[in-house]
Amino acid sequence: MQEPRKTLRGLSQAVLKAARSMYNMLPILSGIILLISLVNTWVPKTLYTSIFSKNPLLDVFIGDLLGSILAGNPITSYILGGELLTQGVSLLAITAFIVAWVTVGIVQLPAEALILGKRFAITRTLISFCFAIIISVITVSILKII
Amino acid sequence: MNNKNKPRQKIQGNRKQGKAGWYFFIIVITLYVILLILNPAKTALSFKSFFSLIIKITPTLMLIILLIGLFNYFVPPKKLQEWLVHGKGTNPGIQRIKAWGIAIIGGIVSSGPIYLWYPFLAQLRKSGVRNSLIATFLYNRAVKIPLVPMMIMYFGLAYTIILTIVTMIFSVFNGLLLEIIIDKKNY
Repeated sequence: MQEPRKTLRGLSQAVLKAARSMYNMLPILSGIILLISLVNTWVPKTLYTSIFSKNPLLDVFIGDLLGSILAGNPITSYILGGELLTQGVSLLAITAFIVAWVTVGIVQLPAEALILGKRFAITRTLISFCFAIIISVITVSILKII
Repeated sequence: MNNKNKPRQKIQGNRKQGKAGWYFFIIVITLYVILLILNPAKTALSFKSFFSLIIKITPTLMLIILLIGLFNYFVPPKKLQEWLVHGKGTNPGIQRIKAWGIAIIGGIVSSGPIYLWYPFLAQLRKSGVRNSLIATFLYNRAVKIPLVPMMIMYFGLAYTIILTIVTMIFSVFNGLLLEIIIDKKNY
């Protein structure tokens, strides 16, 4: 059985090592947060409604693209999605928008590429982008059937 | 930092990552300077938003540092391989299902911004966890249990249940497809 002091020392060293590795990532993490703040401040919320064309097929792609570019708390995507729904945008487009918001994330792509690898990040982003559309089609189709 | 025992390639890789991070940060700061000249008021708002976001994520950041430290200390690589690396352990089939289950649940319960989890996931991958499980974890962050009531309020219960289940199923496809496309060694 290990001495308590040794165990505590080993544990504190492990936490310190983790803190150091996080410290090394501070520039990229700070850059990402600065970018997110920029998008949230500079892109007016009214722009989102004007982007949609009311054509369901085109809108699902627009929703996916918009959700991929925007970042922030998922609550924002629900609020925006609810607002767009009342403005007549299709549920298909809004579902793609909500799913892409949380699964794609172009803004954090540089951080993901740097930490998890370029190939991993780009491949995951592209697959998630396509899946957002597929998921929205399946979800809305099931909803219509039941 | 003590680099004496680290292989040269790892030190060079870390330095490259560090440099790239700084280049990215400088580009963003340059963008802010340009925008500050064009519209000082709005850029000031962006800075304000940045600082509030920092304050907001600091507790989660502390939690993740603690988690990584605890993980490194308490989870021996062999145990991790048994849990999360496919085909290990006495019953590979059960291990595989367990691994997927952990990846799905891990993604759902993880909190905070996604980018804070990247270092932890990189650590897992270094320990042998497959890209498919990492990708599945990331995808399941789309399922936010605390936000379910809000989603129900806006879109209804049926929609929320269906979307959640479909997302969880597709998280596995996401992981599998990613692993088919990329070679684990060349990420």
